[in-house]
Amino acid sequence: MPYIPHTAADVRAMLDRIGASGIDALFDEIPPELRVQDLPGVPEALTEMEVSRLAALRASTDGQRLNFIGAGAYEHHIPAPVWALTSRGEIYSAYTPYQAEASQGTLQTMYEFQSMIAGLTAMDVSNASLYDGASALAAACLLAVRAHRRSQSARILMPQTVNPVWRRVAQVITEGQGLTLEPVPYDPATGTTDLKALAKFAGTDITAIVIPQPNYFGQLEDVGALTRFAREQGAFVIGAVNPVALALLAPPGEWGEGGADIACGDAQPFGVPLSSGGPYVGFMASRKEHVRQMPGRIAGRTVDLDGRSGYTLTLQAREQHIRRGKATSNICTNQGLLMTAATIHLALLGPVGLERVAAACAARTRELVDALTAIRGVRAAFAGPRFHEAVLQLDRPVAPLLEALAAEGIVGGHDLARDYPELGHALLVCATETRTAADIATYARVLGSLLGRKAVA
Amino acid sequence: MNAPTRKSEPLIFELTQPGRGATAQYPAPADAGIPDAFRRRRPPPLPEVSELQAVRHYTRLSRLNFGIDTHFYPLGSCTMKYNPRACNALAMLPEFLGRHPLAPAATGQGVLACLFELQEMLRHVTGMAGVSLTPMAGAQGEFAGVAMIRAYHRARGDTARNEIIVPDAAHGTNPATATMCGMVVREIASLPNGDVDLDALDAALSPRTAGIMLTNPSTLGVFERRIVEIAKRVHAAGGLLYYDGANLNAILAKVRPGDMGFDVIHMNLHKTFSTPHGGGGPGSGAVGVGKRLLPYLPVPVVGHEDGRYRWLDERDLPQSIGRLSGFMGNTGVLLRAWVYMRILGAAGMRRVAEYSTLNANYLLARLTEAGFEPAYPGRRASHEFIVTLKRLARETGVTAMDFAKRLLDHGYHAPTTYFPLLVPECLLIEPTETESREELDGFVEALAAILREAGSDAATVKAAPHTMPVRRLDDVRAARQLDVAWKPATT
Repeated sequence: MPYIPHTAADVRAMLDRIGASGIDALFDEIPPELRVQDLPGVPEALTEMEVSRLAALRASTDGQRLNFIGAGAYEHHIPAPVWALTSRGEIYSAYTPYQAEASQGTLQTMYEFQSMIAGLTAMDVSNASLYDGASALAAACLLAVRAHRRSQSARILMPQTVNPVWRRVAQVITEGQGLTLEPVPYDPATGTTDLKALAKFAGTDITAIVIPQPNYFGQLEDVGALTRFAREQGAFVIGAVNPVALALLAPPGEWGEGGADIACGDAQPFGVPLSSGGPYVGFMASRKEHVRQMPGRIAGRTVDLDGRSGYTLTLQAREQHIRRGKATSNICTNQGLLMTAATIHLALLGPVGLERVAAACAARTRELVDALTAIRGVRAAFAGPRFHEAVLQLDRPVAPLLEALAAEGIVGGHDLARDYPELGHALLVCATETRTAADIATYARVLGSLLGRKAVA
Repeated sequence: MNAPTRKSEPLIFELTQPGRGATAQYPAPADAGIPDAFRRRRPPPLPEVSELQAVRHYTRLSRLNFGIDTHFYPLGSCTMKYNPRACNALAMLPEFLGRHPLAPAATGQGVLACLFELQEMLRHVTGMAGVSLTPMAGAQGEFAGVAMIRAYHRARGDTARNEIIVPDAAHGTNPATATMCGMVVREIASLPNGDVDLDALDAALSPRTAGIMLTNPSTLGVFERRIVEIAKRVHAAGGLLYYDGANLNAILAKVRPGDMGFDVIHMNLHKTFSTPHGGGGPGSGAVGVGKRLLPYLPVPVVGHEDGRYRWLDERDLPQSIGRLSGFMGNTGVLLRAWVYMRILGAAGMRRVAEYSTLNANYLLARLTEAGFEPAYPGRRASHEFIVTLKRLARETGVTAMDFAKRLLDHGYHAPTTYFPLLVPECLLIEPTETESREELDGFVEALAAILREAGSDAATVKAAPHTMPVRRLDDVRAARQLDVAWKPATT
């Protein structure tokens, strides 16, 4: 019996102690007409060896390809210690640290993660993870509405340069609480939020404005001007940021004159594999005065009976298990294991290593854009500075090209036809520090030959 | 007992020496080419440590934890069973880890085949018509479920239905979820025997009823015997039934929520299907629905047509409540659940319910003999049960909290305490099917020893734990003098 230790003698002795005739008798409170005898549709058991063979076969049919997609999930080198440590049973098989004295490892790691996120974003406080970047953005909008004392509108300005899936998720998660997410268009020349269009919202009750940095197109927003506009309107600023980019870019806490009020995003680039979409790790940081409105677990440093330093879950009165229907969120289980991976990853990189990773991402992307736009029929859609993604416009539909590239072992980018039809045949590409000059040359060569034209030397 | 073994580990920031680093992990320097106006002025305050220092630090921190791999962890309502290592190893095959979620479906037929099988197995094991794997934890599954109930009533023009009925024993996530979905919560009482009070239910049902959220077996550790009658009354009033799958482990392959009359269910894959709890996640809260709610399932869902797998999205399911995550939920967790279910098979799943229930009833019988008071005497335990220490607390001052802390000194993680809220001084104990009889016997002896100690030396119990890395922590100070992030010294 896989994973069940009972011998026949154990079962007999235990049933005797209970005073039951058999295991089936333990289910005698369940109405007999409800009980099922078998489970059609569920296959018979396999051994670990058989499942391993099946999994390995399926994994090998998927194979490994040269990846040039970002769009919210980024391929980075993951130092070997990250998962060697994260897979330790003391971390992997623990749960939410309800018994603080027996969970100091988890709690201190949470505190270190919070400190790193607060430091990176230059915000006062951080929680110990949300599900992913998309749901973190939704939670940030809800936090803004709870925390903003003067605004009555529950209206959030949501630029179209925010990841379109994140916008959809924010819509689904916030609509039950009456939030309105209003789109703000982008400047077609720069691919950044159109300040003139934004000005049309002046004088209305705005609860918050979301500022993505870098934005979904990889372009850098004028965060200073956007933050100043928000301040003038009395609106909160929610920064939706890529945490790797923060090694190079001004952090939300220093935007404009007063900084952002809330920062959120996905810490997946820190030690978390792409893994077909998850599990990732959302984060959220804010000003100190909003901490009692924040969702999710927070670890705090305190002292024990002997006055020695220790860590515990704090401000639990915000949470569902105490406050029930009046909690700041329904979140319970979050992304602890990935939070741990991200913390270890950041500890290994430090400020110098992270800056190197960020700079390499930007440099490789510049080289990628140069190499691909040297092909006739390929051009960059937007001017202006970017981080590690770019939108290219092609002379023909993107989807068939991506299929053809995949057949050549290249995952060539993300087709924007559905979310941004106005951009024509637009492809979002990404290169991180993991792409070499040879990788980029390979992509350019294969794309050039698929387009039927040689690269312009 | 054991001598105190105080251990502490400095913060990683306190190990920093400027100029030190795990340089094997650094890529070569490059020119970022970012204009000055956009740049950060000061580097972020991150640790600067060697690779060994980081490895030693997090190894040492891990050793301050209790986990299933190190300790019996009978945390009620959390199903802390063995997490088979095979699940982790196979989900971490490099091809699975390296695949970008937006890569063409042709490059993901292997992973999609696993997820489609998981979707089908979960559908059959719960007796539902359709399953979506996308919710990232139980609470998100609940959100999806209530949002589907809302969408169903709305599509029928039945817009006055804005109330969700929740028993007083429910998880806090239930009322919190209902509120998030813009619903009004109506709480109803449980009977002294643990069943739902049908009179209270009738009084709560009205044309405003959108649905009811139930956990069965309930968090009181007993099976709701009149579930068919409850379903009949709720449906007759025009409401739908939501099944909180927190306790699905207790009935797996014995009775199916779909057969009980539930319209929507979430499953906690990190409980019933043994994916890791990870110190607080990741979870996975797959949802199943009956025919009525099928059009509203959250996307994406795995489709299988003409021998090919692909993600179905809003274009395929136009009435879907939409997306809940940036991509497709916690895929790596789903792969672990797939491995677990394939190794168990249909017969193994049935054994999960049988042996978890056997272990719980054995513990209940032994603890009752040892002088503990069951909260629901005369009822069968499901896979968990409650003892109440209210008499002990009155007589000795030793509370459930004290008991829990003293158990740590005996080498056992504490059961869930003070939940459900309606049972005073309670311990909610869930042993799971993967624990041996010897482990359970040792746990009974430890509890019995603490009970004796509470009579003879209450002060020692009240000051517990004595052997953990820290003594009892000052939670009030933690909340009042808030210190939630290390800051560099300002010079």
